[in-house]
Amino acid sequence: MAADIRPKRPFRWHIAIFLAPAVLVYTAIMILPLAGTLQLSLFRNIEQHQVFVGLDNFRTLFGDPNWSVNFWNALRNNVWFFIIHMLVQNPIGVMLAALLSSPRLRFAAFYRTAIFVPTILSFVIVGFAWKLILSPLWGVAPHMMDLVGLKSLFTPWLGKEEYALTALSLISVWQFVGIPMMLIYAALLSIPEEVIEAAECDGITGLSQFWKIKLPLILPSIGIISILTFVGNFNAFDLIYTAQGALAGPNYSTDILGTFLYRAFFGFQLQVGDPNMGAAIATMMFLIILGGVCVYLFLVQTRLRRYQF
Amino acid sequence: MSTATRSLPRTIGAHAILLTYTAIALFPVILVIMNSFKSRAGIFGAPLTPPTPKTFDLIGYTTVIGQGDFIHYFQNSLVVTVASLFFVLLFGAMAAFALSEYRFRGNSLMGLYLALGIMIPIRLGTVAILQLMVASGLVNTLTALILVYTAQGLPLAIFILSEFMKQVSDDLKNAGRIDGLSEYTIFFRLVLPLVRPSMATVAVFTMIPIWNDLWFPLILAPSEETKTVTLGAQLFLGQFVTNWNAILAALSLAIMPVLILYVIFSRQLIRGITSGAVK
Repeated sequence: MAADIRPKRPFRWHIAIFLAPAVLVYTAIMILPLAGTLQLSLFRNIEQHQVFVGLDNFRTLFGDPNWSVNFWNALRNNVWFFIIHMLVQNPIGVMLAALLSSPRLRFAAFYRTAIFVPTILSFVIVGFAWKLILSPLWGVAPHMMDLVGLKSLFTPWLGKEEYALTALSLISVWQFVGIPMMLIYAALLSIPEEVIEAAECDGITGLSQFWKIKLPLILPSIGIISILTFVGNFNAFDLIYTAQGALAGPNYSTDILGTFLYRAFFGFQLQVGDPNMGAAIATMMFLIILGGVCVYLFLVQTRLRRYQF
Repeated sequence: MSTATRSLPRTIGAHAILLTYTAIALFPVILVIMNSFKSRAGIFGAPLTPPTPKTFDLIGYTTVIGQGDFIHYFQNSLVVTVASLFFVLLFGAMAAFALSEYRFRGNSLMGLYLALGIMIPIRLGTVAILQLMVASGLVNTLTALILVYTAQGLPLAIFILSEFMKQVSDDLKNAGRIDGLSEYTIFFRLVLPLVRPSMATVAVFTMIPIWNDLWFPLILAPSEETKTVTLGAQLFLGQFVTNWNAILAALSLAIMPVLILYVIFSRQLIRGITSGAVK
C-alpha cells in the first residue's frame, strides 16, 4: 500500500495485518454477494444452466402481469409504509426529544429508558404482542376503546385490507420511535449553552425558541434520521412476516418489497422459488436504496447548513 | 437563567405528554408479561388486571418448557451473538486502528469502501450469500450466521471506533514507540484499553439486531439444531395459535432476557448514543 511512496520506508506489514481480517470478511460475505446478486439478476436458469439474458428478468418483473401487479403493489405499499414513518415516527421522536432535553426535567432518565424499550425487542415479540392486543378474540383493544367511549370505532384492523398496512406501519412506528428520539436528543444536548442564553437575552423563549433556534441547528440530524428511516423501511421484512405471514395478507394488502423478495426467492405454497427473479427484485431494492442515499448525500446534506461551535 | 423561562403549566404539560407516551411504550410489554402468569379464564375474563391468587397460573410456562426446545434455541442465539460480537469488535477495532492511526495511500478510499455497508443492507445480497453457503457446505451451521453477522456489524463498528481512536493521544503512542513497543503491542496494550467504553457502545449496537434477526436464521439455518431463539419463538407461536397461555408465556420468556440486559446496560447504551457516537 505505502510501499513506493517513499523508498526509504519499508512496506508496513502491520497496516495490512490490521486491515486484513475485516476487509476479507466484509468483502467475501457482503460486497461480493451483493455484486453476485446484481449479476444473478441478469441470468436465468434454462435447463439447469445459468444463461445470460440481459434485462429479461426486469422485463418480466415490469411487464408480465404475474409479477408486475405484485411488484407495483409491494412498491406502493412500501412507499406508504415510509410516508407513515416520516409523518408519525419522526415528528413524535423530535417532540419527545425536545421535551426530554428541557433543562432540569425530573425523571428524564426514566422516560428515556422506558420509551426506548420497544426498540430493543425483536419483531417477533412486537408483531405477536400487537396481534394479540388488536385481536377481537381477546378484546383488550375494544375494551380499552370502550373506556373512552369509542367502542363503535373498533374493527379488527389487521384483518381488513384497507387498514392492515396502516396498522402495521403504526406498530412499526411504536417500535422505532426511540431511535429518532435518541439521535435528536443527542443533537439537542450538543447545542451550546451560550446560544440558548443569547436567545433568551433577546427574549426568544419556549416554543419560538424551539422553532427559531433549536430546529435549524438539529436539521442535519433530522436529515440523518430521514435517510436511516428510508433505508430501514425499504429493507423491512420481519414485522410483516411475523404478523401477517409470507403472503402478507389479507390479500397482499401488506405486501412490501421485503416479503415480495422472500416469496419470489424461496417460493411459497404454490409459487416455486426463483433465485434469479429474487435477485432481480433485490437489485430493484438496491437501486431504490442507493437512489435514496444519493439524494440524501448530494442534494440534502450539501444544502444543510452546518454550524460549527 | 432558565428559571425565568420555566413555568408550572409548561412543566406539567411536558410530564403529561412524556408519561402518556411512556404508558403507550410500556403497555403492550406489561400486558403480555402480566397475563402470562394467569389462567385461561383470567386472561380472557380480566385482561387488564394483574394476576390475583384466584387467576394465578403457571400453565403457560410449563407448556412452553415442556414442548419447545427453548433452552437449546437460547444456547444457539447466545453462541451466535457472542461469537459475532467478538469478531466484530476485534476485527473492527483492528481496522479502525489502521485507518485512524496510519497515513497510507488509499486510506480514505478504504474508509469509504468499508463505510458502504452502513447504508446498503447486507440482506440485499441474500440470494448470493445462500449460494455461497451452499457451495461451502455451511448451510444449517451456526458458522454461516456468525460470518454473516460479522460482516453486517463491521462497517458501523469501524466507523464509530475510528472516530474514538482519533482521540487517543499521540504522545502516548509515540512514547510507546520510543520504548520499543511493536505496533501490535501498542494497539492491544495501549489503545484497546483506552477505547473500552466506546467498544461497549458498539457492542450494544451490534448485539441487538443480531439477537433479534429473523431473516438470516430463517434462510441460512432453519434446521432444528441451529434454530435461534427468535426463529424458534416465531415457529412456536405459529403452532400454538390457539393456546393463549403458551403464547403469552413464550413471548414473556423471549422478552425477559433482553429486558434484563437492557435495564443493566441502558445507561451505557444511552451514554453511547448521546455522546455523539452516531451523529
